[in-house]
Amino acid sequence: MQKVKNDIILAIVLLLTAVAGLLLYKTLQSTGEYAIVLIDGKESARFDLRADTEYVITTDKGSNTLVISGGKADITLANCPDGICADHAPISKSGETIVCLPHGVVIKIESGDKSSDEIDMVA
Amino acid sequence: MKKVHNITSIGILTAVAMILSYIELLLPPIYAAIPGIKVGLPNIVIIYALYSLGTKRAAAVSFIRLTLSALLFNPSTFIYSLAGAVLSLAIMALLKKSALFSTVGVSIAGGVLHNLGQILVAICLLETVEIGYYMFVLAISGTLAGVFIGIAAGFIIDRIKKH
Repeated sequence: MQKVKNDIILAIVLLLTAVAGLLLYKTLQSTGEYAIVLIDGKESARFDLRADTEYVITTDKGSNTLVISGGKADITLANCPDGICADHAPISKSGETIVCLPHGVVIKIESGDKSSDEIDMVA
Repeated sequence: MKKVHNITSIGILTAVAMILSYIELLLPPIYAAIPGIKVGLPNIVIIYALYSLGTKRAAAVSFIRLTLSALLFNPSTFIYSLAGAVLSLAIMALLKKSALFSTVGVSIAGGVLHNLGQILVAICLLETVEIGYYMFVLAISGTLAGVFIGIAAGFIIDRIKKH
């Protein structure tokens, strides 16, 4: 029975840590201003979230369609095998990402205020 | 005879793990808005292998399974699966040896470390630290999935032992 007790303690500690981390993260988030397209970690394009637009990201592995609409960024179409990035909910808060692993594409939201971003990086 | 028995066991368990991978692929995503949330059905087989055949053979089953899965289903995410599997198996072997936990605790740790391995590879390959926040969500889903998988694996280990 000691083992079951340990199992439960492990589960509770993990869940509490994760929930606490998530809540802390959510409270630190601010509304983003830019959607940045990263291909293999390198910035390839940057869009203002206030201007609705559509952009096809092309990499040597395939393409993803990025739609900026109503202050949110979303991948609506992708020719990767799993399409996980296209299922992902639209993002708008700083630090949020949509990732397409097969194509090495990341959409990242940033706030315009550079200094606050740097503090986030240190934290 | 022992050797034949080992090879056969690894083969059968790999086949079962492959089928579970395939079944999991057919299931709709649990919550599509946040990718990466999975039950991890093949881990039932890995845990069974860990308890009945030992760490080395469980590692063999795990490695063959994810290589075959990559070849059959999706080669582009092999490196993510590999990192997840290595970390997951390492922590599960360690916790099993410690004898402090049942299969449920072992499975929870395995599930969460599997997610951690994938996130770490994603942070390195995509050079985007921000992906790290997924870990909070995946730690929650990994723990819950681990409970389910651990109960299932414990049940199977007990039943097979009786025969």
